[in-house]
Amino acid sequence: MFNEIIPLLTKALGETIYMVAVSMTIATAFGIPLGVLLNVTGKGQILESPILNKTIGSIVNAIRSIPFIILMVAIIPLTRFIVGSAIGTTAAMVPLVIASIPFIGRQVETSLKEVPYGLIEAALAMGATPFQIITKVLLPESMPSIVAQLTTVIIALVGESAMAGAIGGGGLGDLAIRYGYQRFRPEIMIATVIILIILVQFVQFCGNRLANRLNKK
Amino acid sequence: MIKLFHVEKTYKSPSGTVTALKGIDLTIGRGEIFGIIGLSGAGKSTLIRCINMLEKPTSGKVIVDGKDLTMMNDSELREMRKQIGMIFQHFNLLSSATVYDNVAFPLRLAKISEDKIKLKVDELLNLVSLSEKANQYPSQLSGGQKQRVGIARALASDPKVLLCDEATSALDPQTTKSILDLIKDINEKLSLTVVVITHEMQVIKDICDKVAVISNGVIAEQGSVVDVFINPQHAITKEFISVLLSNELPVAFRGNKISQEETVGSLLLLRLTFLGESADNPVIAEMIREVSGVDVTLLFGNLDQIHGIPFGRMIIGISGAEEEVEKALNFLKHEDLKLEVIGYVQRNYSAFDKGTW
Repeated sequence: MFNEIIPLLTKALGETIYMVAVSMTIATAFGIPLGVLLNVTGKGQILESPILNKTIGSIVNAIRSIPFIILMVAIIPLTRFIVGSAIGTTAAMVPLVIASIPFIGRQVETSLKEVPYGLIEAALAMGATPFQIITKVLLPESMPSIVAQLTTVIIALVGESAMAGAIGGGGLGDLAIRYGYQRFRPEIMIATVIILIILVQFVQFCGNRLANRLNKK
Repeated sequence: MIKLFHVEKTYKSPSGTVTALKGIDLTIGRGEIFGIIGLSGAGKSTLIRCINMLEKPTSGKVIVDGKDLTMMNDSELREMRKQIGMIFQHFNLLSSATVYDNVAFPLRLAKISEDKIKLKVDELLNLVSLSEKANQYPSQLSGGQKQRVGIARALASDPKVLLCDEATSALDPQTTKSILDLIKDINEKLSLTVVVITHEMQVIKDICDKVAVISNGVIAEQGSVVDVFINPQHAITKEFISVLLSNELPVAFRGNKISQEETVGSLLLLRLTFLGESADNPVIAEMIREVSGVDVTLLFGNLDQIHGIPFGRMIIGISGAEEEVEKALNFLKHEDLKLEVIGYVQRNYSAFDKGTW
């Protein structure tokens, strides 16, 4: 029996890690600049712009208010346009990325808010440009906090990827539903849950360690 | 070096406009240490931020080294700010960067090569005596050390002006002294113009050449530190000075009525202020020799220094026949000192009765 379960589990774990890792990378690449934009255009910040800030903020809120399972189905045409298909592991990553970008944006915005304004003022007094303030003050100073926030996002992604699995994305969620639930194989269900728990613990552990190492306060 | 012409600053808030500065005129000479003292809310923080345009004045002109900062665009202003170093009450160091990287920060902003940065940072850390802390993080330093890093960072771009925003207010008295000594030292070594804002008269007395007293967004009075100390005009100035120089009567007289008429057993109290060379003259001894009919009681004496100039204050009580007292007053009026006649006061003997006598 193990001979049958082990390959199933490793394949599903591989798919989950693949979905989470690729979506996280892409979402971070867009999410961090989004968070920076939300922060620096905010009230009293270096590039204060109420109109831009409110517009972006509203879009972010709108996407974040859609439950993931509905977002996934709603953007099927977009997914098909981008990856050429609406099913499969790669297709599942499109809604994962779209749901995560605004999430990361808000988390990063919160982290950047923790940087004392005095530091920004000091940099301004030294003749720093807004771009230099972002890259040399805001991001380095809030890095421990950003890492901690991104850890939370990864864990949320693991959960969402399980949902995405249900529409043919593969991964641990898919395995648990198809084998554990639909084929009445509780041992597979339990094994999947245990692996998910270990995975989440591992991500949290690594995130905490990295955040602590970066924190020089 | 720095000229402010009628600088005004108003803020708009939901409850109306708040005027922080109501037409400030100041001239700060090259190489001076200029102190601006005021209570919190007086506008001194806004004022110092107008000098490097961290706060843009609503109207007026800010001229630094002959250039009008209020007419500059953002990129000209960034270049100009490299010539104006600033240090802060809460140091504002990057917590994620080492001491070395904090001092190197303004040089990296200016895209200077790492070789040159190393030379400059090593020199600056040596100047502020922190060479061995180069690889530590700010959280590992004491408050005084953090401010030293702040000073080194402010000096990295070879500024002509150093702005000190309550730079010692978060430090204990000993550390304050060492930071003030350092500021004085670099002012002399680098012939830097220094603007100090503070709420502590001690800071002004220790290092400043000139002082402006700011109250409710206007300059209440300004002048050389010595003049302002000897002859404070404005009530707020007197209050600042009284923290350092007690104007109260000695304990044995406190609480008693001061009268302009002599009563039985009362003493005529005089407050004498000596400045510079006159502090060395044996004025009291000469007075006693000159006017033999008066008794002199020394009630209070203090000799201090303002900016290296001896500064003495004394309260004496005199008694004697009316014409002899008159003679003594005349003698003192012609000496090189400031004489204030407090009045006739009865000695309060109960102060001694209650004591351990």
